[in-house]
Amino acid sequence: MNWITNYVRPRINSIFSRREAPENLWTKCDECGTMLFHRELKDNLNVCTNCGHHMHITPRDRFNALFDGGIFTEIAVPEPLADPLKFRDQKKYPDRMKAAQKKTGEKEAMLVAAGEMGRTPIVAVGQDFSFMGGSMGMYVGNAIIAAAEEAVKLKRPLILFSAAGGARMQEGILSLMQMPRTTVAVQMLKEAGLPYIVVLTHPTTGGVTASYAMLGDVQISEPNALICFAGPRVIEQTIREKLPDGFQRAEYLLDHGMLDRVTPRTELREELITILRMLMGLPPQVVGDLPAPSETAEIAPPKVEKSGKPAADAGAKAK
Amino acid sequence: MTQYLEFEKPLAEIEGKAEELRALARTNEEMDVADEAAALDAKAAQLLKDLYKDLTPWRKCQVARHPERPHCKDYIEALFTEYTPLAGDRNFADDLAVMGGLARFNDQPVMVIGHEKGADTKSRIAHNFGMARPEGYRKAVRLMEMAGRFGLPVITLVDTTGAYPGKGAEERGQSEAIARSTEMSLKIGVPVVSVIIGEGGSGGAVAFATANRVAMLEHAVYSVISPEGCASILWKDAEKMREAAEALRLTAQNLLELAVIDRIIAEPMGGAHRDAKSTIDSVGAAITAMLDELKGKDGAALIKDRRQKFLDIGSKGLAA
Repeated sequence: MNWITNYVRPRINSIFSRREAPENLWTKCDECGTMLFHRELKDNLNVCTNCGHHMHITPRDRFNALFDGGIFTEIAVPEPLADPLKFRDQKKYPDRMKAAQKKTGEKEAMLVAAGEMGRTPIVAVGQDFSFMGGSMGMYVGNAIIAAAEEAVKLKRPLILFSAAGGARMQEGILSLMQMPRTTVAVQMLKEAGLPYIVVLTHPTTGGVTASYAMLGDVQISEPNALICFAGPRVIEQTIREKLPDGFQRAEYLLDHGMLDRVTPRTELREELITILRMLMGLPPQVVGDLPAPSETAEIAPPKVEKSGKPAADAGAKAK
Repeated sequence: MTQYLEFEKPLAEIEGKAEELRALARTNEEMDVADEAAALDAKAAQLLKDLYKDLTPWRKCQVARHPERPHCKDYIEALFTEYTPLAGDRNFADDLAVMGGLARFNDQPVMVIGHEKGADTKSRIAHNFGMARPEGYRKAVRLMEMAGRFGLPVITLVDTTGAYPGKGAEERGQSEAIARSTEMSLKIGVPVVSVIIGEGGSGGAVAFATANRVAMLEHAVYSVISPEGCASILWKDAEKMREAAEALRLTAQNLLELAVIDRIIAEPMGGAHRDAKSTIDSVGAAITAMLDELKGKDGAALIKDRRQKFLDIGSKGLAA
């Protein structure tokens, strides 16, 4: 029996899955079933070009599109103890970690970065649902604390993109302790007078919502994201009745006053820039190239040529 | 009459026999059962000792959930004077799963807040089995904020399976309410001490246990998820709760080693429910000791102490 499930089936699966998506050229939308050309989908931030369904996006891909020119500096996260509880379920926790690292190419479920977005300096932190369900363990907690400390140090706002099934059970009580720990991080930002914006993405549930993901100054969600404390299945089992359509989805939460906005991923960057520049007391974003640096202007003020064109314009035209 | 737990069945038999003998003797004066009954008592006491000497994590969960275990209400009645309950979250309702209000502890005015599970069917329903809704956490936020402004120490008693997973609770922002409760706990410049008296169930518990000092009764449990829940997710089989309870390290002894809690309060032989009074007294003594440790610290130092305590958690793992 065992060799059939453990050996033969994976072999068969691997043969078939390889055939289904050759070279990852096409991705099928989970919602409408349209076959989407991989590059086109990526350019649209993994939002289906047919139905607008938001598919999973890794923090790294998100940051590449979020930061100006895709340039950002990764912030180091203090390494937590590995497997502090010596946790064993059907697999050992270190083995689950290794598998997740291999699958994602990332070290853990959180990425912290500093850079500029629409020439607005920010610190951003993104949770990776593909890494063990984005689950909140000590590393995730450390990442949020590191991000908050960096933001305070650089006097920048913090944007957090959440995506998690909840706490990381393999770290037991220590994962639960990330709720107060990350709350301390949020308080550091608030006391430094810096904006903390939370972007909730599908799904954000459990202990994550009951701490840092619900404490933002502005709470934005991507469309149709599942956001809840207790999952719909648990609730249905408890109250023994069918839940209404769209229950615990972003739009439902917006209706119930739990969110400020529901914004499509493709419009998110512009919206974040607009909000942050207002909260930081900065002038509106300059669209297009910047005017020539003011230093040169001081040395040699823009001379108006006889044609009536300021010299500084030349830079903008060069595009 | 004590309710026996599943693993206490052999004990129930012996104690039952002793009781039967005594009942017989009462109706039949010629019988002399004193020796026999005493022997059975001794046997029962020894068995109780053996059973409780090394409780498995799963058995501890059962003891922590024992229906006759002293609850928040019992502690408040016995340890506090002038208890004046304060109700409501000023937004929606009063949640009876959370009780709290002004009281005096050793004559000192304090704010006491805790989960109440109820003691019989009627009160259990009224208290929603100790599973709070957002209103419960928002009431706690209100009381903590007030305590902060009036310089009253906050004492919390934690005993909940978890926050209530209901439709209305979700619609009214269960997660936000819990987050705000943790946030407020970290913000107030007064001593905050917490005792986990029974079940410390996940987010619903941590919302009240973000304290300068956290104590835990010997057989209480404190966990990120119930063993049943963990088993059904990781083992895909809710019946594996024994293994899950073991893996989660949810006992007071493990949590002390991990520096998640600061002290363990010993329970009487056979668990808190076998001698509620002595348990309550021990909890009172622990609260006094914890408040004493925090004496002389000003508001800023208390906030800093509390935040640092949680930031430091995780630097100690369990020995292999």
